[in-house]
Amino acid sequence: MSSTTEVTPSGATGRGSSPRGKGGDARPEVNAGAGASRRRQGLAAWTLALPFCLLFLVFTAWPVIQSLFMSFTDTRSRDLRTPFAVDIVGLDNFTKAFSDPIFRKSMLNTAYFVVVGVPLTMAMALAAAVALDKGITKLRGLFRLGFYTPVITSIVAVAVVWRFLLEREYGLINTVLGWVGIDGPNWLGDPNWAMPGLILMASWRNFGTGMIIFLAGLQAVPWMLHEAAAIDGAGAWQRFRHITLPLLRPTLLFVSVTTAIGYLQFFEEPFVMTNGGPLNSTISMSMYTYKQFGFGNYGLASAMSYIIFVIVAIVTAIQFRLLRENT
Amino acid sequence: MTRTRSQWWLYAVLTIVLLAVIAPFVWMVLGSFKTQGELLQTPPTWWPQTATLDNYTRLFSRLNFSQYFVNSTIVAVAVTAGNLLFCSMVGYALAMLDFPGRRALFLVVMGTLLIPGVVTFVPLFVLVTNVGLANSLPGLILPFLVSPFGVFLMRQYISGLPRDLLDAGRVDGASELRIFARIFLPLCGPALATLGILTFLGSWNNFLWPLVVAQEESKYTLPVALALYSKGQNSTQYGLLLAGATVVVIPVLAIFLAFQRRFIEGIATTGIK
Repeated sequence: MSSTTEVTPSGATGRGSSPRGKGGDARPEVNAGAGASRRRQGLAAWTLALPFCLLFLVFTAWPVIQSLFMSFTDTRSRDLRTPFAVDIVGLDNFTKAFSDPIFRKSMLNTAYFVVVGVPLTMAMALAAAVALDKGITKLRGLFRLGFYTPVITSIVAVAVVWRFLLEREYGLINTVLGWVGIDGPNWLGDPNWAMPGLILMASWRNFGTGMIIFLAGLQAVPWMLHEAAAIDGAGAWQRFRHITLPLLRPTLLFVSVTTAIGYLQFFEEPFVMTNGGPLNSTISMSMYTYKQFGFGNYGLASAMSYIIFVIVAIVTAIQFRLLRENT
Repeated sequence: MTRTRSQWWLYAVLTIVLLAVIAPFVWMVLGSFKTQGELLQTPPTWWPQTATLDNYTRLFSRLNFSQYFVNSTIVAVAVTAGNLLFCSMVGYALAMLDFPGRRALFLVVMGTLLIPGVVTFVPLFVLVTNVGLANSLPGLILPFLVSPFGVFLMRQYISGLPRDLLDAGRVDGASELRIFARIFLPLCGPALATLGILTFLGSWNNFLWPLVVAQEESKYTLPVALALYSKGQNSTQYGLLLAGATVVVIPVLAIFLAFQRRFIEGIATTGIK
């Protein structure tokens, strides 16, 4: 992501070099005319920003703050009309969440989904990108397009389709497994196989995004380095391991962060395919939060959503820590 | 020689993977023309033995999918239009204009890129209910009219446009808003196209918020209707559900195939920045 907040291509043209608030007025060439133009510019800028700011304040900033407030109250659905006439209950909702065995189970399930799903998706994405980048010379566009297609489709729709694909008897996947002599499991009906089934589907649907971004990242790996290493006798795997991977580090970071953020909130897959079962083996944190909301426990649901928020932030920070510096 | 041979291997492997990636969609479309009996056969059939349009007629006559289709389209078009307009406005201000609060505004946009939708939906629902917009299309549209991602994308793109145009416009005496609307906006074609396609697809496929807000059938969007039917009394009507999934997927597939080049390049550049 961009850390270059002040990219002004020709920023030296006298204006806009220091948007750090008060610093601007101190420059000597500011005269009355420039002051007026500056005011006009500020007015224009805020006019342009006004619709965004209003919508953003009402529909994002305010709910984020109110969500935090609600998580410390006993708000229920009957308090809908009077969201502030509720009792403050301190950390009750958070202790209730953490002592709820189903919520704890949903945290474990979400961790399972992320810890297995993110590396699997990234490995598939990277393998596809490397194969398309250097391995083949023709039909690159066709494969790229085909691999990317599942990404644009509705998760609900593909989940409906995959529910049938994963059926034990007449499902396509077990039929194909049968061709090579494997007796496929009862995917969505077996607590041990339901989550692998969901992870398989999620990886199938999402690896295209990572592939596209890796393909762009691979363009930045200088071909000269590969040639030099090949002359020194490095094999294809060694070159991949010691040249390509280190140079892809920023891209890996980006893909792992965005994939993990998405997977930490997975919701449609269990909602459509398993309803969280069997035996709560696929219920996710988002889904359980939605369920509590459905029961009318708004305070508790807010607390749970903030727990998800904090986990997303922590996981993102850890990934930056691991992937950003040192080799 | 070994190079050509390994290339052939790779083509073979990639083709198998491609078939595996595409197969679920082909199976979905073919399955939507099959009868219930055929869908329950073991082993499963590939081509429909007796192709039927029953599933589609029931979908649109009995289950009201035309209404959901219209709802999804209205919401997606409105959300896309809002994002194109508002995100380019604020993106331009952030990229080209110098104003008090610019840095803070940009930090806020960046900071909220990571906020999960699940954090805001409860209080958002309370808010939307209290202003009387629950169970209405505006309730589905308004919270998505702007997105931090869209602002970020437009700002990045406009930052790369020549600043001289701004000074030239000022010398000619054009107002600041006119410079934006008449000089810069027409140059934003590629970025607007990327943002437009991404936003439309995102809105079309969006699920959690429509599920929360649309309480009556008449306000369902396609994914909500499909998900609820797949759990309700129609949960074993396989042909019907496959037809429903086809109706959800095919329009975006068509849009995607029409604009795929621009789209894929857009994804790649936003990822790299």
